[in-house]
Parts: sequence; C-alpha cells; structure tokens
Amino acid sequence: MKGHLLSTEDLSRDDALVVLDTAERMARVAEASVRKLPTLRGRTVVNLFFEDSTRTRTSFEVAAKRLSADVINFSARGSSVSKGESLKDTAQTLEAMGADAVVCRHPASGAPHRLATWVRGSVVNAGDGTHEHPTQALLDAFTMRRRLGRVDGLAVTIVGDVLHSRVARSNVWLLTTLGASVTVVAPPTLLPLGVSSWPVEVSYDLDAVLPKSDVVMMLRVQRERMSAAFFPTEREYSRRYGLDVDRAATLPEHALVMHPGPMVRGMEIASAVADSARSTVVEQVANGVSVRMAVLYLLLGGSGEVS
Amino acid sequence: MASAAASDPASRRPGIARTVLSADDITRIVSRMAHQILEKTSGGAGVVLLGVPTRGVPLAHRLAQRVHAVEGVDLPVGSLDPTMYRDDLRLRGVRPLEVTEIPDGGVDGRVVILVDDVLYSGRTVRAALDALAAYGRPRTVQLAVLVDRGHRELPIRADYVGKNMPTSRRASVAVRLREIDGADGVLIVSPEAGLTGAAADPGELP
Repeated sequence: MKGHLLSTEDLSRDDALVVLDTAERMARVAEASVRKLPTLRGRTVVNLFFEDSTRTRTSFEVAAKRLSADVINFSARGSSVSKGESLKDTAQTLEAMGADAVVCRHPASGAPHRLATWVRGSVVNAGDGTHEHPTQALLDAFTMRRRLGRVDGLAVTIVGDVLHSRVARSNVWLLTTLGASVTVVAPPTLLPLGVSSWPVEVSYDLDAVLPKSDVVMMLRVQRERMSAAFFPTEREYSRRYGLDVDRAATLPEHALVMHPGPMVRGMEIASAVADSARSTVVEQVANGVSVRMAVLYLLLGGSGEVS
Repeated sequence: MASAAASDPASRRPGIARTVLSADDITRIVSRMAHQILEKTSGGAGVVLLGVPTRGVPLAHRLAQRVHAVEGVDLPVGSLDPTMYRDDLRLRGVRPLEVTEIPDGGVDGRVVILVDDVLYSGRTVRAALDALAAYGRPRTVQLAVLVDRGHRELPIRADYVGKNMPTSRRASVAVRLREIDGADGVLIVSPEAGLTGAAADPGELP
C-alpha cells in the first residue's frame, strides 16, 4: 500500500487483497489469550474527527491500541476547531506533535486528500462527506469473504440512500475491483446524477432484485444530510425499499444481509431481519477492528518504503 | 529464520550456489531429530510442535510424521508467526503476515518445540518466544532447527540441531523443501569473487 488510504476507487486489486489477507491474520489475534501486539509500539495515531462517530472512532482506537500504538482523540467539538481554526492549521499542529498516522473524518468530501498533502504521516480516510469511507468497504468485503468464501462473482445489492452514502461509493469501487457485480436499488431521487457512469446496474424494484442477490446491503436514510424531501413519507419509503421479513424470505438461502450501522429498525430494515442468522451486523463491527488493524499495520508497520 | 517474504535468497543474489545437503541428507537428519526429540521428552509426552513460517511449518509436520512412525504417538502440530513481534520491523518495508495456528489443547503446561529451518541471529526465535507468550504459558520451550549457521546476536541456542554449518556472514543459506519449493536441498550461496565490496549485510536472511 502507498502511504495513505484515501479511497477505494484508486485501490488496486492486489492492494485490496493484501489488506483482506492481513486482516484475516489480525482476526486470529483476537483468539489469543493476550490480544495485544507490540507491533506499533512508539507510534502515534491521531483520530481527527470533525463529525460525530462513536462506532468508527472506537473501532480505529481499539485497532491502534491492540497494536500498541498511542492514540490521541481529537474531535472538532471542544477543540480549537470550534474556535475557527482551519484544517491546515490543525494539520500543522498534529504534524508538530509527531503523528505517524491521522485517521480523519470530515463533513467535506476531499478533506483527507488535502490533509495528506500537509502532513508527513499517513492519512486514513474514515469518511469524508458523501465521497468515500474505504475501511467500511474493506470490512464489508472481508465479511463477505469470511462468510461466503469469496467476493469474486458475488451479486451484491446496495439498497437505500445511495445519493448521500460514502459507504455505497466505497463499496461500489472496491467490490467491482474484487470481481463482484453490484446493483444499486433506490428511489430515483436518492441516486446521484452520475450513477450511469458507475460500474453498476440500477434498479428501482427491490423485489425483482432480491432473489438474485448473494448479499443485500441496506443503507441508513441519512436524514441529517437531507435538505429537501426525497420521498413522500418514511412509511412509503419503508414499504417500497425496506427489508421486511417477507422480502428477506425471497433471498437465496445462503444470502447475507449487511448494514454498516447505525440501523434504524423498522425503517430500512425490520428488527427480525436485523437479528436473523443471515444478518452480519455484529460481525461487521468485529471485522472492522481486524481490517483497521491491517490498514494501520500496512501503513505504519515497516520502514515506510515499499517492500 | 524463514524470511517472511519466503523468497529464495539463492535466486535473488548473484553468487555461487553450492549444495551442502541433499534430499536424502535432509530425510536422515529429520529422522535423527525425531529420535532425539523422543529421547529428550520421554517419548514425546506433552509435546506440541510449532513451526515458524514459512519453512519451519513443513519441517514440524515431517518431525511429527517421523515421531509417529517410530513411536506411534501423534504430536499436535501448529504454526507460530513471529512477524508482529520482531524488533527490526522498521528496518525494511512491511512484511507480509503468516498463519498462526495453535493446535486444540493450547500450549499451557505443554512442552512446546519451536521448529525453524535456519538459526542465525536468533532474532526470529526471540520474537517467536514473545509471540508464544500471547497464547499461554508452556512448561518448557525448546528449539529445533535444520541448520545452525552461527553468528548469534542474542543468547539463544537450539536444543535439536540438524546440521551445524559455519558460514560467512556474507553468504546466505537457502533451505528448500518440496512442500514449498518442489524439491529438498540446502544451498550455500556465496557472493561472487570480486564482488566483496558490494556484499551488503545479509541482515537476517536465512
């Protein structure tokens, strides 16, 4: 891997496979009685979060700590950022503190890319605006591979608010790179204008797609990013695009139901489906730690030169 | 030692390769080591064999097969990847990780025999000892190596040595096993005459 992980769009198939293979080894560490490795001792990882996120930040924190890195959590609220400091000044502060890696979440698409030009350490994009969330896509692919044995050749259906979803974008690029065929299903108002240029099939009919899906990935409707009415009522959305028990029954027997979290039960996914045996929601969280350990190891574990 | 890259030093370095152990030699050596293990551990009581990837793992399996043929006991065999415990991670690019597979029954209270192909600086073994501690507390830890080429940098010695092979630091030792390389053999690769100045520190290459 090169010095940063900013997107899955420019991640090569080989690099993606190295991350998944390394994550597999990291997952085994969780089985040891001592779940701590000295690998990144003396390295500093800064979690720089300009958006609320307990799940992703904690996951990166656990991953870094299992590798013995020092972790500094830097959130926008209550810091100099709320006093008007620019991203560049924040970056220079972190640089001066000797951060070896900066894990950045930012409401603006592209912010981690800018950050990467300002700091000497590695930058990991932990979600930027509606652009990308690469470690989420990697953990999703990792979960598919662990459950179904492969990603290559799978039919993956991504359902819901694709317009605002960086998870969907990162997954589209990564899964396509890994040989899966992706279908996005959403109301037309929740698809981005450029979707026709994506390497995906587009459908507005969830019921037609489900029986052909190996994996169905439900997305949360991101109310906080919605400035206009994208659908008439939540109930109507849930009726047409929610995964209820009857719909889930039309999936092939081996099919997985995934959700990046946080879930809105009863809206995009029924409680009974979220808790069913084919749901990987809890596994995805555990796999997230393994994948983030792998990413941190690959970025910080060597001399910094390509081996 | 088993450089995690698993690449063959013989093919990477220009130099003169000399075969020092043939396939038959290796078979006889492994057989003798299996006998020594049985002798020293009273018939393999409580023994767990852990190979250090890459080539320590097939060696551990071969030792177990020989032990089974001689004594009829089945020793548990696993693998232990010391990569993430190494002290030289920052000296080169990221090393790929190998498989750690602790056999059912674990290592607590057992006699763990670490198996590797080449013993050189001793740093891999030190890392393996640390890695092992994460999985439990063995009663005893012993070390079996196919080749001991000297040049230790740490106070570590092997309990079972296939072949003592005094080497120059500038030479490299390449162990080839049929499970990985298609054929058995041990080669010493010496740097070409006249290239002495260019001979880099072989570091921890096997």
